[in-house]
Amino acid sequence: MKTYKRSNAPIFWLLFGAGGMMAALFGPIMVFITGIAVPIGLLLPADAMSYPKMLAFAQNFIGKGFLFVAIFLFAWHSAHRIFHSLHDVGIHRGVLAKALTYGVAAVVTVIAAVNLWVIGF
Amino acid sequence: MSKRRPYVRSKSGWWKKDPYYVEYMVHESTALFVAAYAIVLTIGTVCLAAGEAAWNGYLEAMKSPLSIIFHLILLAAIVYHAFTWFKLFPLTTPPVVLGGKKLEPELIVRGGWVVAVGVAVVSFVIVWGLA
Repeated sequence: MKTYKRSNAPIFWLLFGAGGMMAALFGPIMVFITGIAVPIGLLLPADAMSYPKMLAFAQNFIGKGFLFVAIFLFAWHSAHRIFHSLHDVGIHRGVLAKALTYGVAAVVTVIAAVNLWVIGF
Repeated sequence: MSKRRPYVRSKSGWWKKDPYYVEYMVHESTALFVAAYAIVLTIGTVCLAAGEAAWNGYLEAMKSPLSIIFHLILLAAIVYHAFTWFKLFPLTTPPVVLGGKKLEPELIVRGGWVVAVGVAVVSFVIVWGLA
């Protein structure tokens, strides 16, 4: 009897979907706050991301969780989308395409997890 | 070695011939910017874990004109991602039936945009309160 190997596609698709949703809902406001508003002191106080404040945020259970989930989902969402777009530009599925996409996402996930752990609780 | 050199049709740039596929490639490429922002945040976790001096260096780098321009591009790309993400929603979600009638695709798209704006406003207010 032929045995069927369960596809891993739903896992990657689910991460793509969840990450796309999180990027759609939180991405714009996060980029605006961390990359524009705080650096130029627009609408938010210039010390909004000072060391004590960010440390407290990243040590807080909710803050740490939010940062990890955002990085993890953004990375895997984009990896999946880029993997399939590489096919559209002629780089077909293979070790290279996987390393450039899912490989990068895995490295980003590990670096973020380790450092968020080191920051402490 | 084979002497035959069969003609291979070039497929490069196929998407440029149709505006529909140009838009498709543009909205798919927003993923590059989402990935870039994930990397920016990850570098932030590295600097925060490395201590106060490293974190202040990160903040300084975020203040550079190049970084501000980069983040304006990121913002535009990720807003476009949000816009198209909900625009494609009627194609990607199962049909929603309300009171025996299928929910209008237009309503799903607009609902998504409204929720996205709402989440952004609420998030900003929370951050404003924390800061």
